Amino acid sequence: MPTKTVKVDYIARVEGESSLRFNIRDGVVDDVRLSIFEPPRFFEALLRGRGFAEVLDIVARICGICPVAYQMSGVHAIENLLGIDVEAPIHALRRLLYCGEWIESHGLHIVMLHAPDFLGYPDAMTMARDHQDAVERGLALKKAGNELLRLLGGRAIHPVNVRVGGFYRVPSRAEFAPVVESLKRARDHAIATLRWAATFPFPECTRDYEFVALRHPEEYPMNRGRIVSSAGLDIAAADYETEFLERQVPYSTALHSTLMRRGAYLVGAMARYALNRDRLPAEVQALADEAGLDPVCRNPFRSILVRAVEVIYACGEALRLIDGYERPTRPFVPVEPRAGTGYACTEAPRGLLYHRYRLDAEGTVEDAKLVPPTAQNQGVIEEDLRQVATAGLDLEEDALKANCEQSIRNHDPCISCAAHFLTLQMNRT
Amino acid sequence: MAVGSARKPRLAVWKFASCDGCQLSLLDCEDELLALAGKIDIAYFPEASRRMMQGPYDLSLVEGSITTPSDAKRIQRVRRLSRRLVTIGACATAGGIQALRNFADIREFAAAVYPHPEYLQTLATSTPISAHVPVDFELRGCPIDKGQLLEVIKAFLGGRKPAIAGHNVCIDCKRRGNVCVTVAHGTPCLGPVTHTGCGAICPSYNRGCYGCFGPIAGANTKATAREFASLGMARRDIARMFQTFNAAAEAFRKEAENHAD
Repeated sequence: MPTKTVKVDYIARVEGESSLRFNIRDGVVDDVRLSIFEPPRFFEALLRGRGFAEVLDIVARICGICPVAYQMSGVHAIENLLGIDVEAPIHALRRLLYCGEWIESHGLHIVMLHAPDFLGYPDAMTMARDHQDAVERGLALKKAGNELLRLLGGRAIHPVNVRVGGFYRVPSRAEFAPVVESLKRARDHAIATLRWAATFPFPECTRDYEFVALRHPEEYPMNRGRIVSSAGLDIAAADYETEFLERQVPYSTALHSTLMRRGAYLVGAMARYALNRDRLPAEVQALADEAGLDPVCRNPFRSILVRAVEVIYACGEALRLIDGYERPTRPFVPVEPRAGTGYACTEAPRGLLYHRYRLDAEGTVEDAKLVPPTAQNQGVIEEDLRQVATAGLDLEEDALKANCEQSIRNHDPCISCAAHFLTLQMNRT
Repeated sequence: MAVGSARKPRLAVWKFASCDGCQLSLLDCEDELLALAGKIDIAYFPEASRRMMQGPYDLSLVEGSITTPSDAKRIQRVRRLSRRLVTIGACATAGGIQALRNFADIREFAAAVYPHPEYLQTLATSTPISAHVPVDFELRGCPIDKGQLLEVIKAFLGGRKPAIAGHNVCIDCKRRGNVCVTVAHGTPCLGPVTHTGCGAICPSYNRGCYGCFGPIAGANTKATAREFASLGMARRDIARMFQTFNAAAEAFRKEAENHAD
């Protein structure tokens, strides 16, 4: 029986440039490849020789959708190296900044990138003709997240306000007033969005992921906590490289991250939720139950519901942080460079983001390592694809391709993030 | 554009080496996006839509710089398909942060990041779109300002020149009533030589401008570098100031070279 090759040359509605292909031979799906042809930009190389104070502006440019995540992992890794532990109000402001990015990034993905798959539209603009309220709610959500980013960061994309030791400028309580109003509306929009998404037709799919996320004694994880997994992993950020390995696979031209002992694993909203549901307020858990989410969700197509739950949480958490806000006595603590190595992991909207930096005594970067969520999820994305393609072998080719694309979008991959690790050789056979 | 025809003008959005932030600015036009989609045909915008219509296109927005042999070919095709071509952002307009490779050994760069650099197909330089094809307008910024983006789209679809100011960031600080961070606090600031567009965000947040909109025409970078030296900055730190997101823009590149070790 001849081998049939299924290809999607450019996967739409994901951030960055990627393609998909697999073979079908005797009814068996084989050789599944998510290829990334995003050009590499060599961030780890160009960081060398830069001053530590420049790092946060540079790493933001890895991703226009999650620049705060890069600034958060970067600032905490460098502060780890320099022995700085910022005071509680600064920590709260950073968490608030992250809430803004989660709301903006998840809002974009839920309504603009993912929902059109379930309802059969090519994009949100077309979907708006029949679902105008839902699209407008999504845009309002995004806008609320962006307003918070603008207040705390100066602008939504590549914000300018985070610095090692604190912030350049901290807002007064009065400055939050307009944001509070938009966040209250956003929380209602997020609840409506969850209820809307709960009505979507979800393909049957159960996956036995190893979930990996941060876990903190009190908080739903963003900036702090240990790296834990559903298979019992429990380590500090500094031990990341003793458990996780990146390997460059010639066919996919990508560095896949794996757990050395067990292989592929999943980071992101589904992993955070599975490992930290008990850190969500009771009313948010109740909304998740109402939407039909199990305490551990193993169907990747239902990740859209988990993201909606996280947006509801992030809106409420932002309001709580603003309510308790007291302007810090000083925006930043003075910083003295010293030689050493610093590590941090934070929770980007798409999952665990690891940074390591080595500085010399003057504070110049000697070496940097950054592992973005999408590099970590590639193995799982390919395993999902194999399962989805196998289940859809009887479908028309266009329908099969659409299912496969949707399966990739389940994990909101961010190709620009991943691509500074990824080679661009493409298999076009 | 498309005057006298019932057809809506066709917009395409292209990505080259970049972070996606500038095309995201289009989706960040939360209040205008649906109205815009009613007036124009978003014919090719893979980040937002599965529908990918064949060209030609009335207006192409190009994000990102040219860093690979295949992209050097692809931009030629994009130009052929585009009646008007506008670059959006520092990567497409000046080469972006990834143009730091232009001053380094690309083989060494690749080996520092990849275990198997031999799999890579990459150029030794990151170059702006204008180094490869004629460009109708260059919108600056890392990232671009979405207000300026809307003005550019409206202007090109209306067949007029975009009304984008060309003054420096200092003027914006005066308008905002900012205290000068250099004069008052001795903070090094690239505002005097940097193109307007951001709204003078950094000085408003108590820090110096870091030049993400690139140099103004006729930028007196020498005077600015002299000011930095008088504030006590080391030569290496002065060079670094000019070597960020617009490192390959002529004025910034030359001033950094003047302060090379």
